Amino acid sequence: MKELSLNILDIAQNSIHAEASLVKIILTETDETLKLEIMDDGKGMSEDFLARVTDPFSTTRTTRKVGMGLPLLQLAAEQTGGSMTITSRERALHPEDHGTEVTALFYKNHLDFTPLGDVISTVVSLVQGSPDVDFLYVHELPDRTVELDTRDIREVLGDIPLSAPDVLVWIRETLIEQYGTGE
Amino acid sequence: MKSLEELKAIRDRMQNKVVLREGAAEKRIVVGMATCGIAAGARPVLNTFVEEIANRGLTGSVEVSQTGCIGMCRFEPIVEVFEGDQRVTYVHVNPAKAKEIVEKHIVGGEPIVDYTIGAAEK
Repeated sequence: MKELSLNILDIAQNSIHAEASLVKIILTETDETLKLEIMDDGKGMSEDFLARVTDPFSTTRTTRKVGMGLPLLQLAAEQTGGSMTITSRERALHPEDHGTEVTALFYKNHLDFTPLGDVISTVVSLVQGSPDVDFLYVHELPDRTVELDTRDIREVLGDIPLSAPDVLVWIRETLIEQYGTGE
Repeated sequence: MKSLEELKAIRDRMQNKVVLREGAAEKRIVVGMATCGIAAGARPVLNTFVEEIANRGLTGSVEVSQTGCIGMCRFEPIVEVFEGDQRVTYVHVNPAKAKEIVEKHIVGGEPIVDYTIGAAEK
């Protein structure tokens, strides 16, 4: 992947396939590191599945919904000297408290660090594709925090779908404004 | 956060419109957004379609949606346009081609044969 934000888009799709109602995407950045956490309240994975999930070759047949996404994220993290971990609680065993959490740590000054890229387009694409799922996006930068919670937006909108073009434009502009980049 | 007042204005404006029933659109544009599609550049393609459809005021009649891997990864980004019984499969789509597809196929009614899978396989 050319941008980390593309990995984020890809991994967050796994949460959607796992029937999550809320997906949290948390980025925590220092001068040296970038931590990515993607947490969902979806159906989770069995321990057996979890053990095989980062192996693209032994899993392709039984795990189509996961496939190459996690191995690519793992590679992107490890090639900077960082790492990726996954924890999961299966719905069948944990009916009250289930879901999956993917955490990846990147060293930003490493030559092989993939830049975050257009993370705003990732958030907009996720909302466009899954307007019934809620997303909490938080990006903690050294000097400020960017945050978007679709639950707040949904409360204002009522029956209007979050995928309505005007709403997507609003979401994009909100994030641009918070980043202060002017894109 | 950007003003919630603006969001309320969007809501009020939209409540006056007839809400489109799901599946009621005349045309559907489906963009492949699995790992293969994303890696090949599907995200800017998706966003180009969303913006073009909104800017041309086609929101009521054209639906843009996302799908997973359809097993032809080497042709990604793949975009399918559905209209009635007709399905046109575009391959190796980029934002410039996406704009052209909206203009000539969605608005003009003429599929762009050169960009279809049939042409790519020749």
